[in-house]
Amino acid sequence: MTERSVVHSSFTLEREYSVPPDRVFAGFATREAKEKWFGDPAFPPSTWDFDFREGGREYSSGEFHGQNSTFDAVYHDIVDNARIVFSYTMYFGDQKLSASLQSLEFIATDRGTRLVLVEHGAYLDGNDKPGLREEGTRGLLEQLAAAIEG
Amino acid sequence: MLKQTGGLDAMFQALADPSRRSMVERLTRGSASVSELAEPLDMSMPAVMQHLAVLEASGIVRTSKIGRVRSCQLEPAALTAAEQWMSQQRLVWEQRLDRLGAMLAAEQEKNR
Repeated sequence: MTERSVVHSSFTLEREYSVPPDRVFAGFATREAKEKWFGDPAFPPSTWDFDFREGGREYSSGEFHGQNSTFDAVYHDIVDNARIVFSYTMYFGDQKLSASLQSLEFIATDRGTRLVLVEHGAYLDGNDKPGLREEGTRGLLEQLAAAIEG
Repeated sequence: MLKQTGGLDAMFQALADPSRRSMVERLTRGSASVSELAEPLDMSMPAVMQHLAVLEASGIVRTSKIGRVRSCQLEPAALTAAEQWMSQQRLVWEQRLDRLGAMLAAEQEKNR
């Protein structure tokens, strides 16, 4: 049974880093820096186009838990060392899973930088296949475990 | 917005325990009796029942009594595929920001 539905949701993540905003921003602005942290080290992308400028596209694709996973983003707003706004879609195999708008703010503090990430998303499950769902549950549980147990 | 943010919090809390996660993982493969759920776990039946109660209260698991056997299954409405995906994306970004932090700390160490 194919059920078409969409969940709209948003989440906010914050981190404090002990380096100034330009250093944190640099982690997003160049391919050399971003490839050190963006991808899951266990699943390096087979394709990665990186065009960091307003209107530029970032496209990364590769095998993830036995299926092809694709991140396809467009940068909408870039203020050096202060702000990045982009939107992205995620695919797993041939299934489109979500379309999101994300903003990143780099705020100078006494200690260094507070990074505030806000994502608004439309999370799609219109193509919910039982296999994917099971894989999704397992993946979620594994990631939860990793996140909680550090 | 999610219709039940509190529900999601309760769900995350319920899943924060490895025994409960293993019970949920077992149930992703289909419904099971309480003793089937307890079998791979090294704990007493009352402890298993307690974990099950937490999962049931969070809305992840539903149990029903068929004859003398209590059968457990995942509550399909608890976490739609979209909600799962949303939670997963959130965790992906949590991990990314942690890796970014590790990279920045390593750079800082090198420049010292």
